[in-house]
Amino acid sequence: MTTMRPQDILLPTAAGLCCKPGGFHIDPIRPVERAVITHGHSDHARAGHGAVLATQETLDMMRLRYGENFAGTTQAIRYGEEIRLGGVTVKFHPAGHVLGSAQIAVTCKDTCIVASGDYKDAPDPTCTPFELVPCDVFITEATFGLPVFRHGDAADEVKKLLASVALFPERAHLVGAYSLGKAQRVIALLRGAGYDAPIYLHGAMETITHYYQSRGIALGELRPVKGTKKADLAGTITLAPPSATSDIWTRRFPDPVTAFASGWMRVRARARQGGVELPLVISDHADWDGLTATIAATGAGEIWVTHGQEDALVHWCKTKGLQAQPLDLVGYGDEEESETPIAGEAEA
Amino acid sequence: MNRFAELLDRLTYEPGRNNKLRLITGYFREVGDPDRGYALAALTGALSFKHAKPGLIRDLIAARTDPVLFGLSYDYVGDLSETVALMWPKSAIKDGSQSHNKPPPPTLTDVVTTLRTLGKTELPGQLARWLDELDETGRWALLKLVTGALRIGISARLAKTAAATLGDKDPHEIELIWPGLAPPYLDLFAWLEGRAEKPVNRDPAPFRPVMLAHAIEDSDFQSLDPADYIAEWKWDGIRVQAVAGRDDRGHITVRLYSRTGEDITGSFPDLVPSLHLPGAVDGELLVVRDGRVQSFNVLQQRLNRKVVSPKLIKDFPIHLRAYDLLGDDENDLRELPFAERRERLETFIKKLGDVRIDLSPTVPFESWDALTAARADPASAGAGEDAEAVEGVMLKRRDAPYLPGRPKGQWWKWKRDPHIIDAVLMYAQRGHGKRSSYYSDYTFGVWTQGNDGDELVPVGKAYFGFTDEELLEIDRFVRRNTTEKFGPVRHVVHEPDKGLVLEVAFEGLQRSPRHKSGVAMRFPRISRLRWDKPPREADRLETLERMLKAEAVEIEA
Repeated sequence: MTTMRPQDILLPTAAGLCCKPGGFHIDPIRPVERAVITHGHSDHARAGHGAVLATQETLDMMRLRYGENFAGTTQAIRYGEEIRLGGVTVKFHPAGHVLGSAQIAVTCKDTCIVASGDYKDAPDPTCTPFELVPCDVFITEATFGLPVFRHGDAADEVKKLLASVALFPERAHLVGAYSLGKAQRVIALLRGAGYDAPIYLHGAMETITHYYQSRGIALGELRPVKGTKKADLAGTITLAPPSATSDIWTRRFPDPVTAFASGWMRVRARARQGGVELPLVISDHADWDGLTATIAATGAGEIWVTHGQEDALVHWCKTKGLQAQPLDLVGYGDEEESETPIAGEAEA
Repeated sequence: MNRFAELLDRLTYEPGRNNKLRLITGYFREVGDPDRGYALAALTGALSFKHAKPGLIRDLIAARTDPVLFGLSYDYVGDLSETVALMWPKSAIKDGSQSHNKPPPPTLTDVVTTLRTLGKTELPGQLARWLDELDETGRWALLKLVTGALRIGISARLAKTAAATLGDKDPHEIELIWPGLAPPYLDLFAWLEGRAEKPVNRDPAPFRPVMLAHAIEDSDFQSLDPADYIAEWKWDGIRVQAVAGRDDRGHITVRLYSRTGEDITGSFPDLVPSLHLPGAVDGELLVVRDGRVQSFNVLQQRLNRKVVSPKLIKDFPIHLRAYDLLGDDENDLRELPFAERRERLETFIKKLGDVRIDLSPTVPFESWDALTAARADPASAGAGEDAEAVEGVMLKRRDAPYLPGRPKGQWWKWKRDPHIIDAVLMYAQRGHGKRSSYYSDYTFGVWTQGNDGDELVPVGKAYFGFTDEELLEIDRFVRRNTTEKFGPVRHVVHEPDKGLVLEVAFEGLQRSPRHKSGVAMRFPRISRLRWDKPPREADRLETLERMLKAEAVEIEA
């Protein structure tokens, strides 16, 4: 039996990462016959594929966003479950990024490649923790692939938010947070810190947040902002998509404090650009220490680096004696800037 | 240090004055002595130690990180202190099982007191130890502090006001005793918390909180009797308090204070010898050449200078024009009526007998009509050749004592009408804080001859002057008439027949190579919305250039 070259198993193409021997694409950006999808963010999970293989949660999120007919056929797969596709086996492992997010291990003969999608190794009460998967080739994201991105404990950032609410009880606190994953994590962190008052939601947050609750994630009492009197919003916390926090929509709040929960808040210039008054460094992506620790721990001798700051991470791998190359995949971005809200939710 | 860093961090993002106050007061309440005292010192600029050079910081990080990774990071972040703070490697002892052995992070007091006495060779080692012990925000604040680059957009006055709030005191009271206080201000905080008597100011030349005037409205005149008031010119200079006092050994100490109590003596050493008699004069700082007061543009050459060269002193001779006397030798005159203080002032200035200090003349008037005429034409009403430096008249009640703050009905300022032009709204930008959902910062332009006929050239930016209702109207207009978007900036339609004309009021003009139009306005604000006017009828750049020529004559003179 001969060892296959990794690029014979997975190869970047215009449609996305293609597995020829398995007859599928991972997170394709164009409609394909068979798609295997890591998680529900819209730059990874698109509509219009013939067949989709993903976790139940990811399939549900796609259905919420795109409607019932988002794909020809769907198949749900559990973490740890193994499926044979053409000449390869595919196994899903938790990625710790958002609810239902997975790393996809593709094994052909005796070569194992892990496409990790987006991942984080930090604790998150709203999803299954990241699982380390030993492999030969590790495909890593590099969203925060610079050593200045070190995210610290998210619980401390939530304490900062609560301290501000205590100091300004007459003002409303508006937390910009990406509506799939980040918002629910911030709510869960607030509950974990003992905050038990109702938390308010922008209309675009409601569907996905209620979905999280339906999957057994405890988020406490949630209320829509819509229909709440301005005065009653004093001293409250509201979660909203980042774009809404500088929108006319904010005028319904009494003297709002604008917070933003994102890994980008680590860098002052980025926070200032957005007119943020209370930056909260809370990220659903691995930070620099997380990326480098994970890469080392997989035992992979070859690292493919995609979307983000590839240069720095590739350089780091090389200084550690690992083979590394940037994988030029287009179409994946910082979801905080590109995400479209879940369908059916108008501005409210 | 971490808690102080947290405060600084929050202050850098908070746009609102009152919210800044709350944050600082909250810090003073929460943090004990002596840390909060050193924090107050840092915020008021009262800390002094030799600053570290950026090169030292670079060396520290270079010894600990990969140069390629540092380069990429610095490129991305754009600020040395911040880059170093973020990528400083975690020290070995901070990790894992040994964490109970890690030294506690330094307090602000540790940092400040150590830096005061630390030798130059010991600095790098000490700094590295601190950086090991602090978190990201703590490291950032430490590096900003030691490199002397702590710019967080709050004034000394605001920090003192926050301290006053802690004890429910008037900030004026703190200003009064401030010159006699020193970090970490244990006596001040003890007083503010009701644990001790008010500290006594032993400064021989203390600051006295200044009295300010209200802007007069047309409707105010009906209820005022001209006979109750004395009028003076309002000079377009810098309000100062010049204080001279004898110390225990009989030596004269001289201090110049800004209207907020900031000691600005160092910027005007040429005025110090003239203040040779003990007393406290309220007056206007001006540049006077050959007996003629120069415009504010000329005076500006002397402001905010760290180094005052002999050439600067010679070319821009500084002058004090006195209008009130608050103290005469040992005597506090502030309780006396203004008319009486004015008489004492005249005697005092005569006794000083110095060419650099003169009396601000009064403007005689019998009726409001007469004063209106004088204000409209200061040159023929006594100001003579100095008329260009007159920005209006001041009205002071004859019987008014000298009261701190802005007491009602005592002093009025009646400014000359500002310059006015009609300009066209070109770009709008979202504001900050309360205004973050509004397009509230406006760039406006006037017509000029371009390559393809008339075009608009931007001449300034304004973000106030309008009412809340007008803001809503402009915001709506901007949103409906956007032609392009660039991040927070919107291009607003500006064509001869489509667009919004803004009446812009401003105080003066300066030539500016930084602006495409070549001119910069002083204190521009939106005075009216001209919905009625088509953009083609807005003003032209030539109008501004004519105004500029009139002002330029003075600068070159």
